[in-house]
Amino acid sequence: MKQIAENPVYKFFLFPIGQIIVFSLGASLVLSLITVLLAYIFKFNVTDFDLVERTLLILPQVVINGLTIGFVYSTIALGYTMVYGVLEFINFSHSEIFMVGGIVGIQLMAYFEHIGVLSTMNEYLVIGLAIILAMAISGGLAVTVERVAYKPLRGAPRLVPLISAIGMSFFLQDFVRLILSLTTGEFNVILPKFGTFDEFWVIAIPAMANPLRIQIKSAIMVGVTIFMLVLLNFLVNGTKVGKAIRAVAQDRSSASLMGINVNQIISITFLIGGALGGAAGVLFALKATKLDPFSGFFPGLKAFTAAVLGGIGNLTGALLGGLVLGLLEAFSASYLGIFTNGAFGAEYKDIFAFAILIAVLIFRPSGLLGETVGQKA
Amino acid sequence: MAKLLELTNVHSYYGHIHALKGVSLEVNEGEIVTLIGSNGAGKSTTLRTISGILHAREGTVMFNGKDITHTTPHQIVDMGVGHVPEGRGIFPKLTVQENLDMGAYTVNDSKLIKERMELVYETFPRLKERVSQYGGTLSGGEQQMLAIGRGLMLNPHILMLDEPSMGLAPVLVDLIFDTIKRLNEQGTTILLVEQNALMALSIAHRGYVLQTGSIALTDDAAKLKKNEMVQKTYLGIE
Repeated sequence: MKQIAENPVYKFFLFPIGQIIVFSLGASLVLSLITVLLAYIFKFNVTDFDLVERTLLILPQVVINGLTIGFVYSTIALGYTMVYGVLEFINFSHSEIFMVGGIVGIQLMAYFEHIGVLSTMNEYLVIGLAIILAMAISGGLAVTVERVAYKPLRGAPRLVPLISAIGMSFFLQDFVRLILSLTTGEFNVILPKFGTFDEFWVIAIPAMANPLRIQIKSAIMVGVTIFMLVLLNFLVNGTKVGKAIRAVAQDRSSASLMGINVNQIISITFLIGGALGGAAGVLFALKATKLDPFSGFFPGLKAFTAAVLGGIGNLTGALLGGLVLGLLEAFSASYLGIFTNGAFGAEYKDIFAFAILIAVLIFRPSGLLGETVGQKA
Repeated sequence: MAKLLELTNVHSYYGHIHALKGVSLEVNEGEIVTLIGSNGAGKSTTLRTISGILHAREGTVMFNGKDITHTTPHQIVDMGVGHVPEGRGIFPKLTVQENLDMGAYTVNDSKLIKERMELVYETFPRLKERVSQYGGTLSGGEQQMLAIGRGLMLNPHILMLDEPSMGLAPVLVDLIFDTIKRLNEQGTTILLVEQNALMALSIAHRGYVLQTGSIALTDDAAKLKKNEMVQKTYLGIE
């Protein structure tokens, strides 16, 4: 058993993939069961069609939509949770790092369109380049923000860097708006149309009336995030830098006595978190197709909720929290209208996300997978 | 003998608290020097000031002929100053092996790391049985072994140990002190902070007595052991 656990293929590939599959299926199953149960309960409310049948009809599609956005939330949540792990503070400007990633990605595609090569390029290459550029810029921005706004406050009371983070968040929003206004004259950026990833793969499942429709970009989103999650797992658990990150998170002064350059490790943590956020921004932009300097706020807040839900500071928790939150959002968006006979619509979906945050903070402040964290000296 | 470490009139503060009030001491190459004193006398603070976790506001810390008063901890470690902190400072969620890996963070030669790790496991066979266990799940004695083993991974020029016997069973205390003595015989200079003054003075060459932030007394260890004040205050001999 011990030998299997130490086998690198298992440790860095099979284990994280297995974990992702278990979490996806588990969270989907639990929410599906609850939904079907609710369908039976609310059956009396709906007279013109069979509620249970309708629920089951769209269920697979809802799960797929939920997982797609869930993986994006997980990727953003990792940025919050990693920084919390090493510094015990919530980096509220992370949502703007994410937004900058998305805008950079779209702007690169727009640039390709402008110079007339977008339609001739391989679409996956375009997305790949956009993600890489966004990761570089967001990562660099996160490191810069840390240097400018958090590092000078390292010894200050805990509230001070938090306020600084909120200030940084506002600053970045308006800074991006300024730059966009100056360069393009308008601060909405719109994903140019190209490639075939807006199309659907239609998979007929014999037992079901409706075929399953998977949008190609959903598959891209899930594929890229899983790839990055596996990579992150390797980075954190399999490399010297990863070990140093964990050491700094557990005991900063002890880590410095090991010869670890704590400031450098903190910068690297921001770099990784920011790069993940940037990549998530591009993926989110594929789905949203339109971004503005303020569109980081809600996804960021939800990813933060996901991180808290999973247990902040815990990387596995961020993954689980993101998936649960994405699924919850998709389920409430799809079923709220049906169950209440149109009294509530999809626009109330966010209530569930934040109600969950409040419930977690009341009943299990350490999160689903978190341990009780004591105050660090 | 060459001076390896020298503190001259060092003043350190925790915020407004004046913890070290002009400490001067020196450690020569190849010595075991012990720092004894009661709680709050500034023993740990002295070590923290040397390893750069705390910087002296006044005075200088010289190591191997270089001024390290304002050098950062990781650079000081890189120069060969090992510090096994009070309370052990084990990484609770890293395995025993990963903890040892961290001890050799500044070492880049993987063959050397392997050799040293074998040496640590030889010294503390108990650790070898627990390689893949989390540091936080070890017993107090095992954690202390891990902390010292982690210090050895660096193969430091000088090893500073802060209360290595604290909370340990007498058998383990003997093992730890034997290890320290052997290390010294193999050429590592030792600066030892201990509450167990009798033990410390019996393996040390020289000693310093710290009282409320300054050096009250210094002498050869054997002479300190016979000193009336030391006997009364720290050895419990009336």
